[in-house]
Amino acid sequence: MYTFSSRLKTFSLILMAVGLLGIGYGFYSAPKDIQEVEALLAADSHGSHGEASHATTAVAHDEHAATTSHSDKAEKANHSVKEDAEHKEHLEHVLHQLSNKPWAAVYVACIFFMLLSLGTLAFYAIQQVAQAGWSPVLFRVMQGITAYLPFGSVIFFVILVLCGLHFNHLFIWLDPEVVAHDKLIQTKSGYLNFPFWIIRAGIFLLGWNAYRYFSRKNCLAQDEADDNTFYKKNFKMSALFLVFFIVTESIMSWDWIMSIDPHWFSTLFGWYVFASFFVSGITTICMVTLYLKSKGYLEHVNTSHIHDLAKFMFGISVFWTYLWFSQFMLIWYANIPEEVTYFVTRIQEFNLPFFGAVAMNFLFPVLILINTDFKRITWVLVMAGTVILLGHYIDFFNMIMPGTVGDQWFIGIPEIASVLFFLGLFIYVVFTALTKAPLLPKRNPFIEESKHFHY
Amino acid sequence: MSNKVIYAIYNDDDVLMDAVKKTRAAHYHIEDVFTPFPVHGLDKAMGLAPTRLAICAFIYGLCGISFATWMMNYIMIQDWPQDIGGKPSFSYIENMPSFVPIMFEETVFFAAHLMVITFYMRSRLWPFKEAENPDVRTTDDHFLMEVAVNDNEEELVSFFKSTGAVEVNVIDKN
Repeated sequence: MYTFSSRLKTFSLILMAVGLLGIGYGFYSAPKDIQEVEALLAADSHGSHGEASHATTAVAHDEHAATTSHSDKAEKANHSVKEDAEHKEHLEHVLHQLSNKPWAAVYVACIFFMLLSLGTLAFYAIQQVAQAGWSPVLFRVMQGITAYLPFGSVIFFVILVLCGLHFNHLFIWLDPEVVAHDKLIQTKSGYLNFPFWIIRAGIFLLGWNAYRYFSRKNCLAQDEADDNTFYKKNFKMSALFLVFFIVTESIMSWDWIMSIDPHWFSTLFGWYVFASFFVSGITTICMVTLYLKSKGYLEHVNTSHIHDLAKFMFGISVFWTYLWFSQFMLIWYANIPEEVTYFVTRIQEFNLPFFGAVAMNFLFPVLILINTDFKRITWVLVMAGTVILLGHYIDFFNMIMPGTVGDQWFIGIPEIASVLFFLGLFIYVVFTALTKAPLLPKRNPFIEESKHFHY
Repeated sequence: MSNKVIYAIYNDDDVLMDAVKKTRAAHYHIEDVFTPFPVHGLDKAMGLAPTRLAICAFIYGLCGISFATWMMNYIMIQDWPQDIGGKPSFSYIENMPSFVPIMFEETVFFAAHLMVITFYMRSRLWPFKEAENPDVRTTDDHFLMEVAVNDNEEELVSFFKSTGAVEVNVIDKN
């Protein structure tokens, strides 16, 4: 049995406390009205802290930005009524972006950690259905990681409800004011309307959590059983779950990520999101396994198991890149205006995170994990895993931020604090769950093979 | 001095593995082992050095991507930078996404083919090469270990009999 070390527990509680403070600060410091925004922009345009994003503000914004510059007084004196209206409109636009910032920061961190444990769950189900002979010694680790799913789901669902109750402007199609003036969103309102959207979300989250709950229950029951009925039940349930998962995963990616940019659509988006959180899930399995192994809790896990996980990290990282590039290149090549704006904003305003994600999620892991010997070395894997996880956080950041905060993005206190809070919660929940059951399944039909797995 | 070798023939891979380990423990020099199929772990038991073919392939892949980059840059950007359907041909990086499929394929092509050719050269395989089976049965269901004899013929024969060989032949190899 695993015992949650008090140091790790304290560490996770500190992360949560610091995270909460930072999140609170993010909400507290967000501007409340356009006067504050005006003051902020004035301070900004005098170059007190020139963000890179400001240099690359889209052409449409330049005009507005010029009006906010107070340096040229002569020009300001000549402001016509129309310019004043435009100026006000611009301030309102920036106000929305800035008041979205703390919300978007929480949203990205929340969806990232929830999907990460969902990715682990999908990996776990695949291992069951594939009757993998190597992984049963890791099943309890995976179940520990997926223990975060119910907690993550509840928080995430609450955030979705708050979006629907107009506490924020993360999803512009949830704003009846916007929809009233937007023909494109109006035609999509049969799908993008709050009741349908929130019911879908509820069904998806319930379905995933139900599989997690019963699968773990059966796995524990199998330990005490004297035949394989529970194993067979789990096998069938996992197969059904995978079918449910791939449908709901696809729709989930439209609902919770793609609809942030409701004027844009991409057909392989669901797969792309899947690859992103799937590789994060596998990386998490690997890192938690390495941690538990280093503490001496996983007697039967050898370097071959670690090697297999590292191969998955490597392979799925490449798969993510393949989808990233396919989505990008198809749209870049055809350059159809209604599709390409998605990447234009990202390249102009999110240049470093956009291409940095490719370096972190592809170049780095590929060059490090291509070596067979490296795939067995703990510190190499921890380093590669950290870069992959950070890279996929950035990936989710890139998917959500441009549509919510636009050129006002920054990885500052609200963003980092949100990650710390959810990381602390994740560690606390996962390692508490790991203490609840023995780390080695007893009567799994493949457990002997798995114990002696050697590659 | 005649060049004598012992052919110890086995009909089971487990017996062969044991025999190889015993032969190594007794410090007899194994010239070669012939098997009809890959015997898992045989190279380790024989103490063979790991292959460096993968390292070659990686380097060949780097050559491939360099070649593709040089070729596309020369043709599309340097030599005749035409406007083809509005694609920006001012610099390589601007038009890179459209070159990636070629860069990828060239990398795989170089890595795969040059590695295969390296394998053929290093293992001396070519179309009209004379086969080197010491015993035709080794391609079907027998395993053969070849060990050099240095004036210890009697000792070797009895040793290999004891390792479970179905046949132990002393051959004069010239």
